[in-house]
Amino acid sequence: MTFQEIADKLSAKFGQNILAIKSDVKPDPYILVSADSILEISKYLRDEENFDFLNSLSGVDLKGKLAAVYHISSLTSKDKIVIRVEVETANPTIPSVESIWKSANWHEREAFDLFGIVFSNHPDLRRILLPYDWEGHPLRKDYQVPEFYNGMKVPY
Amino acid sequence: MGLLDKQFENGNIVITNVDNLLNWARLSSLWQMQFGLACCAIEMMAASASHYDMMRFGVIPRATPRQCDLMIVSGTVTLKMASRIKRLFDQMPEPRYVISMGSCSNCGGPYWEHGYHVLKGVDRIIPVDVYVPGCPPRPEALIEGVIKLQEKIRAHSLAKVKA
Repeated sequence: MTFQEIADKLSAKFGQNILAIKSDVKPDPYILVSADSILEISKYLRDEENFDFLNSLSGVDLKGKLAAVYHISSLTSKDKIVIRVEVETANPTIPSVESIWKSANWHEREAFDLFGIVFSNHPDLRRILLPYDWEGHPLRKDYQVPEFYNGMKVPY
Repeated sequence: MGLLDKQFENGNIVITNVDNLLNWARLSSLWQMQFGLACCAIEMMAASASHYDMMRFGVIPRATPRQCDLMIVSGTVTLKMASRIKRLFDQMPEPRYVISMGSCSNCGGPYWEHGYHVLKGVDRIIPVDVYVPGCPPRPEALIEGVIKLQEKIRAHSLAKVKA
């Protein structure tokens, strides 16, 4: 299945919730979907189109917006697809897809830890890399490195 | 065995002084904390393995801080790990020694500017005896660090104890 075929199927089924189809982006063309529909679309992709594996879920800071990028593939048909969700930085809430692909659990925790994207209905949304008492989300563009952490000077 | 002052042929009596005896014992059995932090730990393990065999200098890895004399901080000290390192160091019995291995542990290394999560030098939390430069240092360099530490211990004296 080509990217265009999957994109056509998704836009036929989900219509309004497919916000954009970026087929000319290098290296991976992606489909921009609305945050509310990601759970439904994930369920469809896994159950109907055999996309049984979430390779990665990564965060992106677009300055003003935060994005979550889902790299999904099928182990049977070897197809790959990239789905993207963009939310406002002021209210960065995306439904968790942990119930669809279990591998999303730690990926969502990482995106929460480093970008502050809140994945609603995640079973255990804690920081995964940084200490629990850390303040802020370091991979955001406007992140300021703290002067001290627990009495230890941070800058060189 | 250059420490020993005089050796008698009969009676198995050896004469030395207390400083030399203690220093000789300490520097000959530098038991090491068995923990590694990053890629430097791979070189530290190589130094312990058969080819370089750090055990011939008395450096034996021990899995508990209570039995250790030497902490080799081998790798990047993240802020999350720093409090653990401090606690492990505090659990070691005195006299205790620290070798800072590699650029990260010495001064932050490649993370010195943008590493929001890295402590810029382990000497900000624990006292360091020997710094081994390199990224990562080869096993020979670490062994030279151990020998430098042994030289340092050999110069210790009960008469003028340094903190």
